[in-house]
Amino acid sequence: MIKLSQKQREKVAEQFIEALPFCASLNIKLESMDVSRAVMSMPYNKRIVGDPETGVVHGGAVSALMDTCCGLAVSLHPDSAKPTATIDLRIEYMRPAKVGERIFTEAHVYNATRTVAFVRAVAHDGDEKKPVASATGAFTFSRLKEGVL
Amino acid sequence: MKRPEPLLALKERRDGALKVLVESVPYIQFMGVCFDRRGDELTAVMAYDQKIIGNPVLPAIHGGATASFLEIAALIELAWQRAWGPLEEKKTDITAAQAAGYLRLPKTIDFTVDYLRSGLPRDCYARARVNRSGRRYASVHVEAWQDNRSKLYAQGTGHFLMPKLIVDE
Repeated sequence: MIKLSQKQREKVAEQFIEALPFCASLNIKLESMDVSRAVMSMPYNKRIVGDPETGVVHGGAVSALMDTCCGLAVSLHPDSAKPTATIDLRIEYMRPAKVGERIFTEAHVYNATRTVAFVRAVAHDGDEKKPVASATGAFTFSRLKEGVL
Repeated sequence: MKRPEPLLALKERRDGALKVLVESVPYIQFMGVCFDRRGDELTAVMAYDQKIIGNPVLPAIHGGATASFLEIAALIELAWQRAWGPLEEKKTDITAAQAAGYLRLPKTIDFTVDYLRSGLPRDCYARARVNRSGRRYASVHVEAWQDNRSKLYAQGTGHFLMPKLIVDE
């Protein structure tokens, strides 16, 4: 495995996200990337409504957005050597997302061992101070061996 | 002795109530999830479709699609169990059950998904068990499998806020 630069990692990550059919069907968009960090968004759509009385988006769609964003953050970790998979993901729904608004989520890897990456994410609908949901997850992780270039 | 209710009326009432619960939610239609009913037992089925793929190389079902499937299965089971009492014991018709708020969906407080195996490109099944259902809060566990019932590919636990009944308001 060759050590990738942050730029190369971002390029690979971008291509990977664009190739995911489920993200395409939810119109999930990649907003920005950084070291061990990713921001993604999902537009409002009547087809993903979970509560017909209010028109609020279903929690499952928010889960999909947050899961993808967390996985992407793992692949943006400088020592990540292989594609990742979700081991577990917990989502807390703090309040219903505003009807008609795009939902943003930011995920970051706050710790990575040799085998597991621990990730946190927050979702909001425009105001970062008023989160819609938060997530914590554990993802598979393979660390690049020391000295391998 | 009381005569048993005609089979057709009974099936119409049960299937009708389930249909109201399931078809009222656009996201359930979007995900292609349907429910197989045997008496009061529900099995959620998510038909395989190209659009739920997360990893096109393997290919594998997207973790978010699996999470959505489990959450849908848990929500419908919870709502269904709450509606079952008035529907069966009081023989409430669907319109009356709807008006009383029995067919409102609970709200998810939190949901944890445990990914046990990668989701293969085939149909998924799930069954939920309500471990506790109070007036306000409920705890539900859900298990999903593909080919083999004893080899779960994912499981989940969630807490839900029960919707108020109209009589409570």
